[in-house]
Amino acid sequence: MELYITELSKYIITFFIALYTLECFLVFRFQEEERRKGIYIRQNFLMFLVHFSCFLVICFETGKMEYLLFYILQQILLFAAIMLFRMIYPRGNRLIINNMCMLLSIGFVILSRLSYERAIKQFFIVTVSLIMSMMIPYFIHKLKFLKSLTWVYAGVGIAALGVVLILGSVTYGSKISYSIGGVTFQPSEFVKIIFVFFLASALSESHDFIRVAVTAVLAGVHVLILVASKDLGSALIFFIVYVMMVFIATGQWVYLFIGVAGGSAAAVAAYQLFSHVQVRVQAWKDPFSCIDAAGFQITQSLFGISSGGWFGLGLFRGNPTAIPLVEADFVFSAVAEELGIIFSMCLILICLSCFIMFMNIAIKLQNEFYRLIAFGIGITYIFQVFLTIGGGTKFIPMTGVTLPFISYGGSSILTSLIMFFIIEGLYIIRQDEGDRRARKKKKQRRIKYKTEPDEEAEEDEAGEDEEEEE
Amino acid sequence: MRKKRNRQILVVTYLFVAVFLCMMGYTCHYAITHQQELINNSYNSRQEILVAQNTRGSIYAAGRQVLARTQTDEDGKETREYPYGNMFSHVVGYSVNGRYGIEASTNYYLINSNAKLSEKVANDVAGLKYPGDNVVTTLDVDLQQVAYDSLGIYKGAVIVTEPSTGRILAMVSKPDFDPNEIETIWDELLEDQESGVLLNRVTQGLYPPGSTFKIVTALEYIRENPDSYSQYTYQCNGRFSLGEETINCYHGTVHGYEDFSKSFAKSCNASFANIGMQLDRNRFADTLESLLFNQELKVGFAYNQSKLVIDENTEDADMMQAAIGQGTTAVTPLQMNMITCAIANDGMLMKPYLVDHVETHEGNVIKQFEPTTYKRMMSEKEAGIMNELMQEVVKSGTGTKLSGASYTAAGKTGSAEYNSVKTDSHAWFTGFAPVEDPELCVTIIIEGAGSGGDYAVPIARRIFDAYFEKR
Repeated sequence: MELYITELSKYIITFFIALYTLECFLVFRFQEEERRKGIYIRQNFLMFLVHFSCFLVICFETGKMEYLLFYILQQILLFAAIMLFRMIYPRGNRLIINNMCMLLSIGFVILSRLSYERAIKQFFIVTVSLIMSMMIPYFIHKLKFLKSLTWVYAGVGIAALGVVLILGSVTYGSKISYSIGGVTFQPSEFVKIIFVFFLASALSESHDFIRVAVTAVLAGVHVLILVASKDLGSALIFFIVYVMMVFIATGQWVYLFIGVAGGSAAAVAAYQLFSHVQVRVQAWKDPFSCIDAAGFQITQSLFGISSGGWFGLGLFRGNPTAIPLVEADFVFSAVAEELGIIFSMCLILICLSCFIMFMNIAIKLQNEFYRLIAFGIGITYIFQVFLTIGGGTKFIPMTGVTLPFISYGGSSILTSLIMFFIIEGLYIIRQDEGDRRARKKKKQRRIKYKTEPDEEAEEDEAGEDEEEEE
Repeated sequence: MRKKRNRQILVVTYLFVAVFLCMMGYTCHYAITHQQELINNSYNSRQEILVAQNTRGSIYAAGRQVLARTQTDEDGKETREYPYGNMFSHVVGYSVNGRYGIEASTNYYLINSNAKLSEKVANDVAGLKYPGDNVVTTLDVDLQQVAYDSLGIYKGAVIVTEPSTGRILAMVSKPDFDPNEIETIWDELLEDQESGVLLNRVTQGLYPPGSTFKIVTALEYIRENPDSYSQYTYQCNGRFSLGEETINCYHGTVHGYEDFSKSFAKSCNASFANIGMQLDRNRFADTLESLLFNQELKVGFAYNQSKLVIDENTEDADMMQAAIGQGTTAVTPLQMNMITCAIANDGMLMKPYLVDHVETHEGNVIKQFEPTTYKRMMSEKEAGIMNELMQEVVKSGTGTKLSGASYTAAGKTGSAEYNSVKTDSHAWFTGFAPVEDPELCVTIIIEGAGSGGDYAVPIARRIFDAYFEKR
């Protein structure tokens, strides 16, 4: 009986997630949230089906009913998050919320399978983080002084990273975390957001050469502290975000080229200088030659990814716990193994759909500061996804960063939630901008043609919209 | 201005989308193509799950005789049985204390189960493991038996293939072992460094090819002199000297006046040393490459590379030795067999393979392995000339023990000296039958037996007889 359920559910789960993913991209066919409503409702339904089928399998495979209770709690939490968000922010973007909840539920499923204890812990982290970050769109919307804190952001960011470098504890050879009263923080996660704010406010004020140079120095300090802490993944994210944001703020290709050239030179230098970089590159080039040492993690990850096939081995049918750090850096491999390659590809596409929506929002924002924040957060997010999945699949060398919403870890979850809710705040701001413009246009039209007042009100900003599609 | 900058956001977006699509393509491709290779890695704990879940499948000969199977007793204890004992020891291999042979190469299929879902459920209820998938090989038990018996107490190797498909019908390596006893004899086998019992001599044994290598030398001479090779003449007085180096004919035989065909048929060392000195060493290197020397082979089993490096810096003395298959040349019987197969198959080498298909325990085929071309080793014309030269060996040369049969045969013998004591030589034969439309290609080496014509050719005859009498 369990076997029928496991075998059948493999295909059902894959089918549902594939449909969900399809809807993620169908959203971009429409410009207004109103017309996307049907898609969102279908997505919520499919999300529920995937989540439910996965937990049904978990219950059958383990025979433990506590998973059922746990599932119900999760379902309540996610449902409440979606409903509350709609109530508080009726003008919010529901694709982002849906995707966030979909990714969170995948995270719950895979963590429950890997470690029940950790999944419970993760659940509390998510609950608290959701409550905290639910207020963010409001603050983003209301707090107008955020734009003027330029140098404060830089100071706070550098200080937070510096404290870890000096006082932090070493995990897996890197100094990345810091404990206060028993709670462990990973400040580089939060500083990522502050860093985006710093660049956005600095570069929206001015983007002449001097300003770019000054921000380069401060960004460089961030990156160097991270390199000194041996947190290469974060250092790389900060670097890329800086280069991309300068490129977008100035609109000059030359900065992009200088950035790419400088980054390549720095990478070569790092390879020459640091033995731990050489080890990682070696483990990427030929992990099987050093399978006992540096290549162990990546080969175990590859074993996982390759063993599932298109539809996966089924939850609890594989052996993902053989991969070291599977619930944090290598969670994608666990998903690929037990839920299948198709499922994991859908997971990547869902992340990509979020990114495209972020970029869409950035494009439509009038205010330069907000535009840069939306862009910067989008790059931070997608580049992190790229580093973790690319690293786990041997597409690029491993850097040891987490997969937002899915990996286990409080700092990662809270940061990802804050990032997504900031974008929601920006989306609401964008809609206000749109309204204001529509009103303005209307007024102008009214002045011009006093005879026909209402006809063209609907046109709003359609002329400027550039559609994004997969 | 704003629009322009938004275009840059679009560029960045497309860039990331493109990178992600590459990453997705790469991941899918890697995961699916490496599935089998990675599950066999000893660091991969997932095979233990499969082993615990499925009973290891059986291995069958082409005629459906069982070559390996797993028996489960009442207590659930599993034993791997090899009904033919020593006969298939190297080719089928074993699956405890590591894995070897077909047991190793098809491990992925054997430990997986594609049994029907309903059956799996029934087994779940009954508390039984699922039946693993079975592997059906290309091996022919009768031919294997003849080859195995003919080799007798000698060390050596025999491989029998079908040149038109690449199917391997028999593969014998001696000394052998009993895979049923592998656990008890394991330490003994490991201690015995000298005889190399665990080496599959067919694919891994590296031998001096002796006169069988004259196939390669002759082919090169034909390539360099396509119009005039038949006008070649030589007066053999039993030896060929150049500087201080002298090449003697086997047992000092004086062959007298001979043309190209007779030099080949009589296996005249002096004449071939003479031919060797006339060859362009760079072009010779190209020919060696076209015959798959000094390179990795695309075959599904463990092997060693055959080695002979010739280039413009090769000394005359080394070139003379190489031309008659002595010196540093080292080949596997598999390599000689592949070259012979190409000659028999109009120059086209088919990829040698051992597994015909994989099926569920109920006989539903899961994966069928079709014959595939490996590469064209020589032109059709060259193959035709080589075929005739090899026919002459059987008609009037060193392989006459194969003449007068109900079928026609062609081949080349070899007596490869492997140490300074002149009388010791490995007996080689590589050839095929019937010559009109070759069905069987046989390569034999018997270590230290003596001349190929006297010891290896009779074994080839017994194998051909057994095969063609069955018709």
